[in-house]
Amino acid sequence: MTTPKIQLQGVKKRFGEKVVLDGIDYTLPEGESLVVIGGSGSGKSVLLKCILGIIRPDAGSIKIDGEETVGVRGEDREKIQSKIGMLFQGSALFDSLPVWENVAFRLIQGQGMEKKEAKEIALEKLAQVGLAPPVAELYPSELSGGMQKRVALARAIASEPQIIFFDEPTTGLDPIMADVINDLIVACVKKLGATTISITHDMHSARKIATQIAMIFNGKFIWAGPVSEIDRSGNAHVDQFIHGRADGPIKMAVRRP
Amino acid sequence: MNFVATIGRAFLDALAAIGRLSMFAAVAIGHVFRPPYYPRLIARQMIEIGYFSLPVVALTTLFSGMVLALQSYTGFARFSAEGAVATVVVLSMTRELAPVLAGLMVAGRIGAAMAAEIGTMRVTDQIDALTVLSTDPYKYLVVPRLIAGATMLPILVLVGDILGVFGGYLVSVYKLDFNAAAYLRRTWDYLEMIDVVSGLVKASAFGFLVALTGCYHGYNSKGGAQGVGQATTNAVVSASILILIFNYIITELFFAK
Repeated sequence: MTTPKIQLQGVKKRFGEKVVLDGIDYTLPEGESLVVIGGSGSGKSVLLKCILGIIRPDAGSIKIDGEETVGVRGEDREKIQSKIGMLFQGSALFDSLPVWENVAFRLIQGQGMEKKEAKEIALEKLAQVGLAPPVAELYPSELSGGMQKRVALARAIASEPQIIFFDEPTTGLDPIMADVINDLIVACVKKLGATTISITHDMHSARKIATQIAMIFNGKFIWAGPVSEIDRSGNAHVDQFIHGRADGPIKMAVRRP
Repeated sequence: MNFVATIGRAFLDALAAIGRLSMFAAVAIGHVFRPPYYPRLIARQMIEIGYFSLPVVALTTLFSGMVLALQSYTGFARFSAEGAVATVVVLSMTRELAPVLAGLMVAGRIGAAMAAEIGTMRVTDQIDALTVLSTDPYKYLVVPRLIAGATMLPILVLVGDILGVFGGYLVSVYKLDFNAAAYLRRTWDYLEMIDVVSGLVKASAFGFLVALTGCYHGYNSKGGAQGVGQATTNAVVSASILILIFNYIITELFFAK
């Protein structure tokens, strides 16, 4: 039996009285692309940050390649981190660095690569996401939202990680640019053979980039399965979410006039 | 009863804040002595703190020296002690005014900028991105600023000492008709090494405190623009208060009988 790439067991997290994750269990085999769907504030980002080691869960186990990651620090954490790339929701590009240094950041700072060599790789990755060399010299503030997302994607894949996280990769983009980003994600992941976890509200994006989908509600995965079965989930919460209906078991706290 | 409870709560909150800042300082100092180091970032911060703060520190200390000479003269003239002006100016500048004024000026200029920059990085996920890209935010963001703060403020204060004494000389010689050679001789004769050294030690401590509070409040800022604004205000206020407290403590250590 092969070791799962990512394994979550009973992951719990609360902030004060608010229970955000209430025992998440999931096993993601290597090479699969999981998309986690769920409403705003349902704990998707917190789950991702727990796996990344940015937030420490209150309880439970998170294993990557069979090795426990909860509470791991120092060099061991860096070793785990070196396997992971991430595209942040707001791109999170470093304002003070030009585009190419953003893309090559891990290669220069983390791996100690020479700047010249790192820049060549950065230009190659930028080309992979459809950005021409002149863009490499610009600063993030000089780019449009769609270009920033592409740079963030190039940064996420620059060190050719085994695992990539995508946090709302198409939020804030027009439908055409969103589809371009989806295509780029699919192409890059396929090329790298990476295992991915994405979180999104965008069902079109989810259907395009996922092989597996899981829905989080009240801190738990209430449904998980292959993307091809999402329309036949038999789960009223999932049906309401994927069709974007106001009526259904998920009640939004909206005050009527 | 409620009044007492309010005071008690405020006291406990203050203790908790001191504890959090101390923990942050302990972790940051621990990182100062462990590689990797980022010499380019340290150099950039040194230029930012040392070179770009020079005009404001120079003007502040120059005019303080001038006012000090004028005030001392008018005060001392009441009991015919005008001859002590040169001594008062040089001792006041080197021991107290140059380090404290430079510290407060740098707190306003640099502490605020640090809190705003790091705070913006926090709320836009750039600090999380550093972690994901295998770079320790303490080493990359905090350590260079602490080193630059602790090393550059003494240099600024040394310049401030000279300009403060020069300001006193200008007013004494050209406005109050003191003999130039006699003024300089009195300045030099009564100045001891400990007067300058104590001021430089204070400056180093103040530079460290300014950088520490700027980084701490920026690193822990929450929310959006409002959170960053709050962090900036808190950084300047807490740095100013700590400078005044530590000024007394260091004075006590050097000069208490």
